[in-house]
Amino acid sequence: MISPAVILLLMWMIIPLGMTIYFSTLRYNLLQPGNSPFVGWENYFWFFTDPSFSAAMINSLVLVGGVLLITIVGGILFAMLLNQAMWGQGIIRILVISPFFVMPTVSGLVWKNMFMNPVNGIFGHIAKLLGFAPIDFFGQMPMASIILIVSWQWLPFATLILLTAFQSLDQEQVEAAEMDGATWASRFWFITLPHLARPITMVILIETIFLLSIFAEILVTTNGGPGVATTNLTYLIYVSSLLQFDVGIGSAGGVVAIILANIVAFFLMRMIGKNLDA
Amino acid sequence: MARAISTNRKALNTAAAGTLGFLMFFPILWMIVLSLKTEEDAIRAPLEILFSSGWTMESFGAVQARSDYFKHFSNSVIISLGSTFLGLLIAIPAAWAMAFVPGKRTKDVLMWMLSTKMLPPVGVLIPIYLIFRDTGLLDSRLGLTFVLMMINLPIIIWMLFTYFKEIPSEILEAARMDGASLREEVIYVLTPMAIPGIASTVLLNIILAWNEAFWTLNLTAAQAAPLTAFIASFSSPEGLFYAKLSAASIMAIAPILVMGWFSQKQLVRGLTFGAVK
Repeated sequence: MISPAVILLLMWMIIPLGMTIYFSTLRYNLLQPGNSPFVGWENYFWFFTDPSFSAAMINSLVLVGGVLLITIVGGILFAMLLNQAMWGQGIIRILVISPFFVMPTVSGLVWKNMFMNPVNGIFGHIAKLLGFAPIDFFGQMPMASIILIVSWQWLPFATLILLTAFQSLDQEQVEAAEMDGATWASRFWFITLPHLARPITMVILIETIFLLSIFAEILVTTNGGPGVATTNLTYLIYVSSLLQFDVGIGSAGGVVAIILANIVAFFLMRMIGKNLDA
Repeated sequence: MARAISTNRKALNTAAAGTLGFLMFFPILWMIVLSLKTEEDAIRAPLEILFSSGWTMESFGAVQARSDYFKHFSNSVIISLGSTFLGLLIAIPAAWAMAFVPGKRTKDVLMWMLSTKMLPPVGVLIPIYLIFRDTGLLDSRLGLTFVLMMINLPIIIWMLFTYFKEIPSEILEAARMDGASLREEVIYVLTPMAIPGIASTVLLNIILAWNEAFWTLNLTAAQAAPLTAFIASFSSPEGLFYAKLSAASIMAIAPILVMGWFSQKQLVRGLTFGAVK
């Protein structure tokens, strides 16, 4: 009964993957139909020596790293706050996690236009009110702006998972430590953080998988620019394959992206596997 | 042992968390406000927008008139529902078999299925694009439905598996002892217990498919474009029409926002593949 699923997934994996690897060894441009000769590693050579490649790698790392830092630290703080006794906890939690359900193109455009636009955006109005010159977000700090938008979308995810983890923290253990005279700091360091280690690692790994593939937010806000300032690896491959129609180089980039994602996936899969009793 | 928490402390917590909630939700709230304004009012200073301008629903009508909004909305509905139900059709038997008749290789198969989810979409963009171009599936709802089904299939199988696993097999034995036939066992015992898990899976997958913005942007043009791609068409210069952009955005996110509120728990479970409960 599992064979239809297995066959479909196998096809889905092997056929496109095989084609990507095959294309990556050809000189193949859609604008030059006709023969596409075998060129071995040449495409990889071009891809790696392209100055936009190293920029895109660094941008990918900065984007993933920046968002991870904000969402993990923010997520822990948010979850700790939401875990306290309060009125209307359900409603407040709904407000906090809502951004996660906003589609990427909407959040990109809303932040770009209604908040970060130097003339009509809210940040611009606030700056004027306080007597500063409005910041041209996508001109002056394009990557930081993208990080801010993506963090707004992923903070709820980190918060939700860490909040779930907080709720399974053994309160009696905490109270026992308290009675033995442990300070708040040492309770946090020796009981709470070790308890959170697993969920935090999960959040890091899962977010990394998704963040390496950030695309829509960049497409609707900066188009990868100015220059290549916000071009990540995903966007660079999109540009070379669907805008420059260079199938060979695009495919070589695709193989690089697959290898990168697999490094992260390896650790993620090990963690999930440990937890699976099948 | 629960300790008494002072009212003051509780009020302080509520104020702090409420502020946080307000800030996180503010961009969505602001979309709602701007969608109810005229274009001229929507670009004024925030306080002027709130207090010294009138309210109107005209932007919602304008979005439909300017471009066939309803077409893109129904594309989104068809693609996300279609991919989810197609996925269920394939996933239910697979998850069922692995949960109730596990073999030696079940764990490996599950892990392998999950690993297909780790494949970055951009790594297979070119082959899928070329195959779709050559088979006429580019910019078709059918093609997109298939792709979204495939990328979410591992999650569907995985979620169903963890839910089915929780159904105690003793109950099935008890039903059999009481003389239930296999048909009765499936209809009266298994199905009612499996339905909550299936419902959660459906909910999460509709959300994921609705918001998917890599394949929907790259594989569609005018015909099959769902809302993600339609909203992207506002990127310039129409993005400067704040009221219309807001109205289109609100209509695009509202259904999924409401579904999301009801699926918080399943979200944690589905997106961490059962590793955090």
